[in-house]
Amino acid sequence: MSEYATVGTSVRRPDLVEKVLGTAQYTVDVSVPGMVHAAVVRSNRAHARIVTIDAEDARTQPDVIGVVTASDLEPLFARFGHVIADHVILATEKVRYFGEPVAIVLAETRGAAHDAAGLVHVSYEDLPSVMTAEQALAEDAPLVHETTYDATGDDSFKNLAGKKADGDSAADDALSNVAHEASLAWGDVDAAFETAHLIVEDTVHYPMLYGYAMEPYNAVASFSDGELVVTSTAQHPYMVRDDLARIFDLPLSRVRVSAPYLGGGYGTKSYTKVEPMAAVASWYCGRPVKLVISIEDSIYTTRVDSAKIHVRSAFDADGIIQAREFDIVMDSGAYADNSPLVLAKAVNRCFGPYRVPHLRVRGRSIYTNTTPASSYRGFGAPQGNLAGETNIDRAAELLGIDAADIRRRNLVQFGEPILRGKRGIDADLPADLELVVASLEKDRTDRPGYGIGFGCSASDAGAYPISTAQVRIQSDGSVIVLSGSTEMGQGSRSALGQIAAEELRVRVDVVSVMQSDTSVTPYERTTGASRTTTLVGLALQRACADAISRVRDMAAEIWECSAEHVVHVDGGVENGDGATMTFGDVVRTWFGGAAGEVTGVGLLRREGVTEEMPPFWETGMVGVAVDVDTETGMVTVDKLVTVADVGFAINPRAVEGQDLGAATQGLGAALYEELVYDGPQLINANVVDYRVPRMTDVPRKLDLILAERRDGVGPYGAKGAGEGQLNPIGGAVASAVARAVGKWPTRLPLTPERVWRLLNDLDETD
Amino acid sequence: MSRQPELVPVSIEVNGTVVDRSVEPRSLLVDFLRDDLGLTGTKVSCELQVCGVCTVLVEGRPVSSCTYLTVDADGLRVTSVEGLSDGKTLHPLQEAFVDCQALQCGFCTPGFLMMSKALLDSTPEVEHEEIVDHLEGNICRCTGYQPIVEAVERVAAQGRVDS
Repeated sequence: MSEYATVGTSVRRPDLVEKVLGTAQYTVDVSVPGMVHAAVVRSNRAHARIVTIDAEDARTQPDVIGVVTASDLEPLFARFGHVIADHVILATEKVRYFGEPVAIVLAETRGAAHDAAGLVHVSYEDLPSVMTAEQALAEDAPLVHETTYDATGDDSFKNLAGKKADGDSAADDALSNVAHEASLAWGDVDAAFETAHLIVEDTVHYPMLYGYAMEPYNAVASFSDGELVVTSTAQHPYMVRDDLARIFDLPLSRVRVSAPYLGGGYGTKSYTKVEPMAAVASWYCGRPVKLVISIEDSIYTTRVDSAKIHVRSAFDADGIIQAREFDIVMDSGAYADNSPLVLAKAVNRCFGPYRVPHLRVRGRSIYTNTTPASSYRGFGAPQGNLAGETNIDRAAELLGIDAADIRRRNLVQFGEPILRGKRGIDADLPADLELVVASLEKDRTDRPGYGIGFGCSASDAGAYPISTAQVRIQSDGSVIVLSGSTEMGQGSRSALGQIAAEELRVRVDVVSVMQSDTSVTPYERTTGASRTTTLVGLALQRACADAISRVRDMAAEIWECSAEHVVHVDGGVENGDGATMTFGDVVRTWFGGAAGEVTGVGLLRREGVTEEMPPFWETGMVGVAVDVDTETGMVTVDKLVTVADVGFAINPRAVEGQDLGAATQGLGAALYEELVYDGPQLINANVVDYRVPRMTDVPRKLDLILAERRDGVGPYGAKGAGEGQLNPIGGAVASAVARAVGKWPTRLPLTPERVWRLLNDLDETD
Repeated sequence: MSRQPELVPVSIEVNGTVVDRSVEPRSLLVDFLRDDLGLTGTKVSCELQVCGVCTVLVEGRPVSSCTYLTVDADGLRVTSVEGLSDGKTLHPLQEAFVDCQALQCGFCTPGFLMMSKALLDSTPEVEHEEIVDHLEGNICRCTGYQPIVEAVERVAAQGRVDS
């Protein structure tokens, strides 16, 4: 029998019922009276000066209302970006990548807008381009940006904005395509390498990916009378609000951003995307504007940072890590977006949850003339993890140590620091590893072409702890929960409903959780880094305590007793004399009618349990077994094992679902997915050529393990989940394939061709 | 320059109700459902017939409504996700999808439901491999698919799907 009434059980998620009925509203379903439709004219060059934009033919089409170009935006601050505002809303003077928005066509119907978009004639003068990080770093490389930008972010972002961490001003003055740098170091790395028993060195490539949330980016914006109202596919409505307020120089209270259900997020809908285009178009034409872009255009909006990572590690004869050194180069595309943070996290996460006495990591994020890169599930972790984990596996092989053993010898123990000066690991990774090993061993065979691989990761997760929540107890005792956290499928609304029901001791079916809306729901910094259950959960617990305290005061007034004699019981309160009132009774009696409500407020900042950073560690612990067809190079995943070290699962089935979903996306990157540039443009900017995992790709055997040790700072000992299992999959698959074919791959995805090339001693690429 | 094309009258039975409208010749069935009728349950993603999100039934057969002309549905019966439930109780597939958490963001779900209904209507006692084979053309980015297979298997085992 559980000590809890509601949390810890796989309750029926209310949002799922709306979704199976087809009644759940997504942004793409939103209509506003009087709205016009927008279509975007995009660059067909990688890097070119804009000579002229001739929109006359488009403007004179039937149903066309107007065409917006950069010159129309001069009265505005027509750029965005939460770290640095380098991202122009519409290309200004030059285009920096193929697919960059150049103009917006507005028309009464979507068809008319798209027809007219094809009649906007843009003439260009080509500029030399840099399509890869290597080209961008070459001496005398053409510059993607001829200027630098000031930090726009708050304190937690400011330290990411500079190119040079140590403020070498002379070096700062030299313009280059290095967008951002980050580094981390401790100990005496060089000395440790000198005395090492074994040094293992690798260079690995993590592919350029597209997160493919199935609902493409879209927004509806209404600008009227100095007020902007936007509905969009934003994971972080409050962050988008700040960007929009800066563009129009509006008070935050005059910008309202709401996010209904999101058709997938996975980090790809973090921060500002198409909202500024819809907003300036509405400001321009004076009517509400709906902008829906295609999946192809979504690929040209935000992709995942690709990376080339050099790793060098020193070991003693027993496989104990002596020192590690990483050099990370990320291709971040034409604008910074969130890549500075992705880079910083890649630096923090690349060396793994191991005891590393001497460490040196250097990371650079590079501007190129390609689609801008930004957040994606895992946030820099999958890129670095591939390098770090395959490097450890190679060391194990060279030392004749089992892959599980080398990890047993190096994994941090519970409470040990991973990052110096930060919160120690709040998870028992060695125990998690044993769960994976036992599960994999159970089905292990030694048929030809079979191989197994492990992967471990730990991410400094949760982001910056600023969260708020409110609960409103209604006059019938039912409860409304307000949070700015966005429901994008992860089940946050359902989990928050469970927490509120548990804390208030009411039935979960009388609790409703509202969608995020910056003018209605209280401040929530982001919906990312797996933070909602832990951080919003804590804020919500405080909001419930606040509401209960108010109800007790009101009951005391009604009963004419001291509040100390009023006790919280299931669904209400009682006093020492055996009298009881439901929450509804208290509200109605105190207000004196069948009306009124009680609001509880919960605030969370960086103090107390969330003083130490990160608020929690999100772990990834996976095992895979693969079968390689040695004739064709085709890889089949025979078994996938994941351990969700979540402290406490509020809704266990939802946690398993997140884990399998994250691992499946990881398998996509490991085996199938890669955006490929050929010249200025992508050759596979569509779901036909960019292949994501399908139902036939599900591993033959699945073992999704929950490890609940109540060791998180969140409610009931919970910690975040949702991206952890993606991070170590790439390395685990690479190692499993290496053991199956006898040769170590250095890049993903491991397509049949790449594996066939490995089998036949050919280069992995042409 | 371009003339407005003449509208084409169509009569289509949508979820049991016959609707008469005039549409542009290029009108796609998904736009007809979403924009003309306000049935926004059907979604669009790839626009290339490879993701399955926009699947609806025409005369009981699954089609990709993102590439199916509205005029081609003239005189035919169309069923969208809104036609699954009777308005009071969930369809067994809907019930099983909720119970098995066979969805998260839910954007692909209408397509999976319609595709699964087409399968179970024609093959009520379907086996695991047939389900996987039949649903291979539908993409889900959230769940990892296993819960979806489980949900359809559960309904097949119950053998209580209405046609």
